[in-house]
Amino acid sequence: MNRLYFRKIKNFIFLGLISLSSLFIIIPLSILLVFLISKGLHGLTWSFITELPKPAGEMGGGIVHALLGTIWILSLASFISIPIGILGGVFLSEYGEGFLANTLRYSADLMTGVPSIVIGIFTYALIVIPMKSFSALAGAIALSLIMLPTIIRSTEEILKLTPKHIRKAALALGVPRWKVIFFIIVKGNISTLFTGIILAISRATGETAPLLFTAFGNMYLSSSWKEPMATLPVQIYNYAISPLENWQNQAWSGALLLIILILILNICARLISGRFDVGHGPKFIFMKLRKKWTSKSF
Amino acid sequence: MTYLSSTRFKLAPHKQDKICLWGLRLFAIVIIALIVGLLIALFHLAFPAFKELGFSFFKGTAWLPSEGIFGILPFVYGTFLTSFLAILIAGPISVASALFLSEICPKRLASFVNLFIEILASIPSIIFGLWGLFYLAPWMRDTASPFLKSHFGFLPFFEGTSFGVGLLTASLILALMIIPTITSICREIMKVVPCEQKEAALALGATRQEMLKLAVISPSFSGIMGALMLGLGRALGETMAVAMLIGNNPKISLSLFAPASTMASVIANEYSEAVSSLHTSALCAVAVVLFFISLLINVLARVIVWRFAPLSNRSRG
Repeated sequence: MNRLYFRKIKNFIFLGLISLSSLFIIIPLSILLVFLISKGLHGLTWSFITELPKPAGEMGGGIVHALLGTIWILSLASFISIPIGILGGVFLSEYGEGFLANTLRYSADLMTGVPSIVIGIFTYALIVIPMKSFSALAGAIALSLIMLPTIIRSTEEILKLTPKHIRKAALALGVPRWKVIFFIIVKGNISTLFTGIILAISRATGETAPLLFTAFGNMYLSSSWKEPMATLPVQIYNYAISPLENWQNQAWSGALLLIILILILNICARLISGRFDVGHGPKFIFMKLRKKWTSKSF
Repeated sequence: MTYLSSTRFKLAPHKQDKICLWGLRLFAIVIIALIVGLLIALFHLAFPAFKELGFSFFKGTAWLPSEGIFGILPFVYGTFLTSFLAILIAGPISVASALFLSEICPKRLASFVNLFIEILASIPSIIFGLWGLFYLAPWMRDTASPFLKSHFGFLPFFEGTSFGVGLLTASLILALMIIPTITSICREIMKVVPCEQKEAALALGATRQEMLKLAVISPSFSGIMGALMLGLGRALGETMAVAMLIGNNPKISLSLFAPASTMASVIANEYSEAVSSLHTSALCAVAVVLFFISLLINVLARVIVWRFAPLSNRSRG
């Protein structure tokens, strides 16, 4: 009887400790979010996101250059990595056996484990040294290298979920295999593919380390891909380690802006994947496109 | 549906397929070449340092760029110490909350806690660094370190004064950053445990704690180890938050309050302001070492996790 009592107490203590463990996640995160909002919110005004920074020491000014720079570099990076990533993923899911496919799969997996700062150095060697200057292009390539493995693997996993009988039915109708792949399998899954891509983009949005010595940063509005370009994370870093109080406050507002940006991307990904389940949504949307396509190119 | 018919192109369908396959293969080769190129470019950059410094690079304990002395040991020490401390803090919390979420707590609460974990996972490193610099470091200096000193001051780990930034602060932030990774992988692994096994343990009269220990933790033990190693892999390569919080001082010291430096943080801090070409090259050599360490740990972790996670979840690991 005494032993049972002991076991019950042990059980009680164990369950209690386990239940408390989630508090260690919730409490620091809540402190962080409250701190972030209370410090960043009053600085997050319209002029903050539409004005250029003022010279050091002057009050006011905004970070529109960094916001636009982030969007510009991210779209350039997506432009590079989405086609390559999707084609790589298609290759893995449709022709996923053999030496080449296995090599690709393992190297994509290894690349997800490479620290982002190492990718930054690689891009520095590849782009910045030959071009002899920091550039937006180098930043975009660094980010696209970070996004690439995620896109490849998520594409592969999503396409593999397509039921076998759909492929077989299409092939039995005499449709060439590449058309089965691109016009039935990829097209039918396009909304879920976008979810994976948007999640990869949101992961890349907050990356700072690879941008430090590729896109570098500046204090004015630039749209040239050959010049250094400011991005939100790097701007936050520069402001955070500066001694000026005005800049430190702006770092908090910038951080809040960055979080909001990432949150919007994540919510978009959720909405897309929740709205259009495979087999229902895409059909409706693509009926229109299909009509257009059938009359023109095919 | 005419676009699906095969007759619009001049080429025969099987030839079209061949072209498509070779196109895809080409892209696969390009991606692999990029990754191999990454390695070669890194080695190429680091080669002068390896050649000039030789073995002293790996066993040197001093890093004085202005005098041309480069030893990697302080950074290896800083990297491993912060990462292990982070695992030591984050491991029990993550495993316990994975147990709590998958076995004990009601579904509604689980989805609520899960939301928190997902938010935590999506916060970028730089924001952790910002928060650490303005909240955690002062808290460490004014509250935590006096407490630790007065109670555990006799230990060599808690010697010296705390400036706020230092090894312990960086480890705490790292722990917070790797909690979501470990928790979500542990949950995936615990999902695989068959329900019958748990029911059998309960039917034999085990308490819930004994059931969890016998039917959930022991069969997924090596999977949990793999999850911890994946967390370790993430912690090793983490740059920005650590660079802002560790104090950047390439010295080996036993005290956890002392400022130190990690491999990733020294690259981030010194690369764009390197004083000589040998300095740049030495930093690339540090990157090569970091690359191989994280490669090794990731491969080990993946091998362990893959054996336990169900097929459809592999990509997340």
